[in-house]
Amino acid sequence: MKELMQLYWAFFRIGGLTFGGGLTMLPMLKYELVEKKKWIDEDTLLECYAIGQCTPGIIAVNTATFVGYRRRGVWGGIFSTLGMITPSLVIITTIALVLQNFMDYAVVQHALVGIRGAVCALMMNTVINLGKKSLNKVVTWVLCIGMFALAWLTDIPTIALVLAAALVGIIYNKFPGGMMHHD
Amino acid sequence: MTSLPLTLGFEFFKIGLFAIGGGPATLPFLMDLTKTHDWYTMSDLTNMVAVSEATPGPLGLNMATFAGVEAMGIWGGLVASIGLVIPSVIIITLIAKFLEGFNDNPIVKSAMFGIKPAVTGIIAAAVLNLFIVSLYIDGKFIVPSAIIAVVIFVCLQIKKFAKIHPFFWFAAAAAVGIVFKL
Repeated sequence: MKELMQLYWAFFRIGGLTFGGGLTMLPMLKYELVEKKKWIDEDTLLECYAIGQCTPGIIAVNTATFVGYRRRGVWGGIFSTLGMITPSLVIITTIALVLQNFMDYAVVQHALVGIRGAVCALMMNTVINLGKKSLNKVVTWVLCIGMFALAWLTDIPTIALVLAAALVGIIYNKFPGGMMHHD
Repeated sequence: MTSLPLTLGFEFFKIGLFAIGGGPATLPFLMDLTKTHDWYTMSDLTNMVAVSEATPGPLGLNMATFAGVEAMGIWGGLVASIGLVIPSVIIITLIAKFLEGFNDNPIVKSAMFGIKPAVTGIIAAAVLNLFIVSLYIDGKFIVPSAIIAVVIFVCLQIKKFAKIHPFFWFAAAAAVGIVFKL
């Protein structure tokens, strides 16, 4: 039980002190798990991370579950994940409830005109960074642009698009000269 | 029709199961929800993204919690975030237990080869939608927001500024909005 609580608090700190999630969390994870607690070595952390990125769900949560499982089995995974989600729950719920009450104030409306601009800029930047990582061969560009068009122009649910893309990837690699020996 | 908590939990369970690529990958799914449920609108979504980027915690988890609160208050946030992480916990536990070398598996690699660029395209479409709801309000193009967007975007391309915390950009943009009564 003591170690489960240690897992909970370690991931509570990580969740409460890092912003953005995904790759931006790596330095904090490394500090808490590799350097401070010495629960895993750096190679294992990077392996967790690689798995976290190619499985569904939030990368930080996937990493928490993986590390927790390695330490303390199924309950370790569950406690780590609960630790990771607690700060988000408390902070976001508070802000969401406060914001609902202040939405009509003129000051909030003025601020939102600015904030909407900032959201656009940051999200555009996120897309460009994703593109830099995922677009290298012609076929990846075709998939990206094709899926962009389908998502933009049709009402096909996102789930169907993701499954179709997985299928295209699998079929594509059945062909001789398929790709990924270069990755 | 099932009860609201169950529906909410199940919708976020599905997002947790199919959003591959972390936080930004949940955005298109959150947009899908505006078409199928009246929990929040597309313009609420802009605020949700802003708050989620500017506060601690993984982006996807923050957005899910916010969406849940919009849908059904405090408990909604809890239901949505638990729903979101259940697939992760199950899948990762199974992989950790049974699948050594999961990400070296050729089928997984092939599927990811297709999924990664596709998800980039799908997120790009969602972000374009986000631009439209953020910059076109009641049929009018909001010039000040667009100018702020361009200025921040250009700054982000400069190496020195790229590492600045998102919170700073939101605070600066909000301050500009308040000072100039935009």
